[in-house]
Amino acid sequence: MSNTQHTHSENFLNRYVFSTDHKTIAKQFLITGVLWAIIGLGMSALFRLQLGYPELDLSCLKPLFGSYITEGGKLDSEYYLALITMHGTIMVFFVLTAGLSGTFSNLLIPLQLGARDMASGFLNMLSYWAFFLSSVVMLASLFVELGPASAGWTIYPPLSALPQAIGGSGLGMTLWLFSMALFIASVLLGGINYITTIMNLRTKGMSFMRMPLTIWSFLLAAILGLITFPVLLSAALLLIFDRSFGTSFYLSDIYIAGEALHHTGGSPLLFQHLFWFLGHPEVYIVMLPALGIASEVISVHSRKPIFGHKAMIGSLMLISFLSIVVWAHHMFVSGMNPFLGSVFMLLTLLIAIPSSVKTFNYLATLWRGNIRFSLPMLFAIGLVSFFISGGLTGLLLGNAVLDIVLHDTYFVVAHFHIVMGAASSFGLLTGIYHWYPKLFGRMLNERLGYIHFWISFIGIYAVFIPLHFVGLAGFPRRYYAFTNFDLFDSFTDLNALVTIAALVTFLGQVVFLFNFFHSMFYGRKAPPNPWEANTLEWTTPSAKPLSHGNWPGDIPEVHRWPYDYSHPLHKEDFVPQHIPLSPKEKEKSE
Amino acid sequence: MTSLLLLIASLIVFAIAAYLFKIGNLLDTLSQKPTEGKDPKTNHQQAVLFLILTVVGFVLFFSYAYQAAEKYILPQAAVHLSSISSLFWITMTLILVVFVLTHVVLFFFAYKYRYRPGRKAYFHHDNHKLEILWTLVPAVVLSVLIFKGLSYWQEITAPAPENAEVVELSAYQFAWASRYPGKDGKLGRADFKLIDSENRTGVDFRRDENAQDDFMPRVMHLPKGKPVKIRIRALDVIHSFYAPHFGAQTYAIPGMPTVFWFTPSKTTNEMREELKDPDFNYEIACNKICGRGHFSMRYILVVDEPEEYEEWYTQQSPWIQKHPEYLSPKSREEPLSQKSNNL
Ligand code: HEM
Ligand SMILES: [Cu+2]
Ligand SMILES: [Cu+2]
Repeated sequence: MSNTQHTHSENFLNRYVFSTDHKTIAKQFLITGVLWAIIGLGMSALFRLQLGYPELDLSCLKPLFGSYITEGGKLDSEYYLALITMHGTIMVFFVLTAGLSGTFSNLLIPLQLGARDMASGFLNMLSYWAFFLSSVVMLASLFVELGPASAGWTIYPPLSALPQAIGGSGLGMTLWLFSMALFIASVLLGGINYITTIMNLRTKGMSFMRMPLTIWSFLLAAILGLITFPVLLSAALLLIFDRSFGTSFYLSDIYIAGEALHHTGGSPLLFQHLFWFLGHPEVYIVMLPALGIASEVISVHSRKPIFGHKAMIGSLMLISFLSIVVWAHHMFVSGMNPFLGSVFMLLTLLIAIPSSVKTFNYLATLWRGNIRFSLPMLFAIGLVSFFISGGLTGLLLGNAVLDIVLHDTYFVVAHFHIVMGAASSFGLLTGIYHWYPKLFGRMLNERLGYIHFWISFIGIYAVFIPLHFVGLAGFPRRYYAFTNFDLFDSFTDLNALVTIAALVTFLGQVVFLFNFFHSMFYGRKAPPNPWEANTLEWTTPSAKPLSHGNWPGDIPEVHRWPYDYSHPLHKEDFVPQHIPLSPKEKEKSE
Repeated sequence: MTSLLLLIASLIVFAIAAYLFKIGNLLDTLSQKPTEGKDPKTNHQQAVLFLILTVVGFVLFFSYAYQAAEKYILPQAAVHLSSISSLFWITMTLILVVFVLTHVVLFFFAYKYRYRPGRKAYFHHDNHKLEILWTLVPAVVLSVLIFKGLSYWQEITAPAPENAEVVELSAYQFAWASRYPGKDGKLGRADFKLIDSENRTGVDFRRDENAQDDFMPRVMHLPKGKPVKIRIRALDVIHSFYAPHFGAQTYAIPGMPTVFWFTPSKTTNEMREELKDPDFNYEIACNKICGRGHFSMRYILVVDEPEEYEEWYTQQSPWIQKHPEYLSPKSREEPLSQKSNNL
C-alpha cells in the first residue's frame, strides 16, 4: 500500500454517502443504529405503559398511531404483539448487531491493526447500504395496514406463516423476511471483510498475540456471524416457500379460520432448531464486541495491563465455540426428545466456566490499579456488573429442570435484558464514550455524561430486577394484559414501578442524545490521545484522522503488546505499541 | 410495606440526584480544565456513589425479596415440584452468594484503587495459580448442578407410568378443550380434517369405536395422588400448556402431539383452605405467543380426592349422546372422501 495520502477528487456524495472509507462507514452504522435505538426504546416505553397502567387512556396517541389505538383509547392487543416483535427485532439486530459491531469493527479494525482501510472498501460500502435498505424495508413495514410482523422476534411458524392467524403475518411478515434477508447480506459482507482484514492487513510487528482484545472479539464475532447467519437465511427461505408457494416444511395438521389446510408432514420444531442455531450465537455476536470493548477500556482506565491476557483470548474462543452448540436450550419444553435436553443442558452450563474466568479477570485487572472514573470507565464497570447479574440467572434457565417452570416467564425477560440488552448496550455506550474523540475529533460533555450514566445504571436495574420477582411468580411474557387470570393479579404495584423506571431511563437517554449530537459540533476539541492509551488508533496526528489512509506518513510499526500500562521500567504510566523496547527492557527479555 | 420501600427508594434516588447535581456544578466550574477521569475529587465522588449504590441496592433487594416472598413463591400442587424447588434454591443460594461477593469486590476495588495523581498501578498481569483456581472452582460447583439437574430431568421426563390417567388437552385460538377416554379407558382417534365448529378437536366418532364414549367436560378434573398424563395437541398454531401450580409446561404443536405427566398432590379444596381463599381455582394458561387472544387462554383445572374424581368421571356423558348426527356418514360432508393419512 502506498504511504501517501489518496488524492483522488472527492465530492460530497462519495465522501459522506457512498464512501468506501471505513471511518465514514463506521459513522453511518453508528448514526443509523442510534436512530433505530430511539425507535426501539420508544416502543418499549409505549408497551410498558400498557403493562404498568392498563387503564390509562391513550387516545392522545391516536394521531400518531392511528388504529394501533382502539376507540376506547386502549392499545390494541394485536398491536401490542407487533410492538414487542419490532422492539425485539430492532434492538437485537439493528441496534446491537449493526450499531455496535458494525460501528466499532469498522472503526477499529484498520486503526488498531495499522491498516490504511479495510481489505475491500467497496464491499464495506455495500455492507452498509444493504443494512440501510434493510432498515428502509423494516421501517416501511411499520406502516402497512394490518401491522408489521407480530409473531415475536423469533417468528415461530405456523403463527408467522398464516395471515389468518394474526394480521401481522401478512404483508408485514413478508417485509420482515425481505428486510432480514438484506440484513443478513450486510452482516456477511461486513464479516468477510473484517476477517480478511484481520488476517492480512496487520502492520509490521502486529502478531496475533499483540492484537488488542477488541480485535479478537470482533474477529470471533465475525466468524460466528459467518457460520450462523446463513442458517437463518435458509430458515427464512423455507418459511417464504411455506407462506407463498404452498410447501409444507414447517406446517402440518392445521385447522384455522373454519378451514383445514392442505399442509401435512411439516415440522414447526425444525424451524425452531434452525432459528436458534443463529439465535443463540446471535446473543454472543452482540455480546463479544461489548466484552472486547470492556477489556480494552478497563485496562486503559485502570492504567493496568488486562489480567490473564491469554486466558481472556482462550475464554473468548471457548465461549464462541460453545455458543454454537447450545441452541436447543431455548427448546427444553418444546416437546423435543428429552435426551437432547440433557445434552444441551450440559453444554449450556459449561459456558459458565469461561464466563466466570472473564469476570474474575476483570476484577483482578482493577486490583491495585489507578482507576480513572472517566465516562467510558463508568460504563465499562456497569457492563461488568450487568454481565455478572444477568449471567448468573443463566444458571437457573440453563438447567432444563428449572426451565420447566421458568421458560417464557418474565424471569427470562429480566435475564436476557440484563445480560444481553443492558450489558451490550453499555458496551455500545462505553465504545461511544471512549472513541467519540476518534470519531468526531471532539469530547463529549462530562457533566451530561455522568448524569446519563447514573440514570441509566440505576434505571436499568430498577426496571429489570423487579421483573425477576414477577417472573418467579409465573407471569408469562408476551401477555398484553394480566387481567384474565387470578394467578396473575398481583404485582400491579411492581409493574407500575417498573414502568416509571423505564420512562425515567428513557428520558435519561435524551440527555445522551443531546450530548451526542451537540458535542459533534460544539464539544471541546479532543487532544490526539485523550485517554493516554497504547493502541495504534491514537497515533494518528490529530484525534480525528480526516483522510483516507489514516496515517499521513508511514504506518507505525508495532514493538510490544497493547497493555504496557504502568510498566515499572518506564516513567510514564503508558507505553504505546509503536515505541521500541528500551535497552533495559531488551536486556530483561533476553 | 411495599409503599414504604418505594418511598425509601425514591428518596434515595432523589438524594443521589441531588448529589449528582452538586457534582454537576462542580464540574461546571472545572469545565475549563478537562478531567478525563483524572480529577481526584470527581473520582472520589464517583467511587463513593458506587459504594452507596451497592449498599442501598442490596438492602432494598434483600428486604423486598424477604417481605414479598409470599407473592412470588407459588404454592405447589405436584409431586415433582419438590425436586425442582430444591434444585432451584440450591442454585439460587449459590447465585446470590456469588452476586453479592463479586459486586462487593467490584465496587470495593473501584473505590480503593481510584486514581490518585502521582501513583502508579501495580504492573501485574498473570498468576497461573489464581487462574487455575478460578477455573476449577466454578467447574466443580457446576458439575454438582449439572449432575443434579440431569438426574431430576430424567425422572421428570421419563415415560409416564402405565397406570396414569390419560387426558387429551387441545389448544386452539383462543381456548382449550379437554377430552377423556370414557369407560373403555381408550381415547378415540382424531384428525384435523374432521374438525368443525361442533367437533372442535376432530374426533373420528364414526369409524373409531373407542371414540364413542369419549367425553369433553367444560372444566378439567384430575385425581389427587395419581399420575396423570396430559396428551397435548394444537389445532392451528403453536400454543403451550402452562400450569404454574403444577410445575407443568410443554408446547402444544400442530402435527406433533406432546406429553407432560405429573402427580397432583393437593386438591382444589385443600388449596382453598391453605390460602384461605374460597374462590381459588387452579388455572391453565397459554405460554406461547399465539395471536390476539394469547393473554386470555384461561382454563380451569380442578383436583379432586380420588373418590370424588371417580364419581365425577362416571357422571359425565359421552359427547356423542348430544351429537348423534356425528355417527351417521350422510348427516354431514363425507370425511372419507378426503385423503387423510392420519387415519
Ligand atoms: C429500557 C429499555 C427496555 C425496556 C423497558 C424493555 C422492555 C421490554 C419488554 C416489557 C418486553 C416485552 C416482554 C414480553 O412481553 O415478552 C421486551 C421484549 C424484548 N426486548 Fe426489551 N426493553 C428494553 C431494552 C431492550 C434492549 C436494549 C434489548 C436488546 C437486546 C431488548 C431486547 C428485547 C427482546 C429481544 C425482546 C423480546 C421480544 C419478543 O418477545 O419477541 N430490549 N422488552
Ligand atoms: Cu441461547
Ligand atoms: Cu397463546
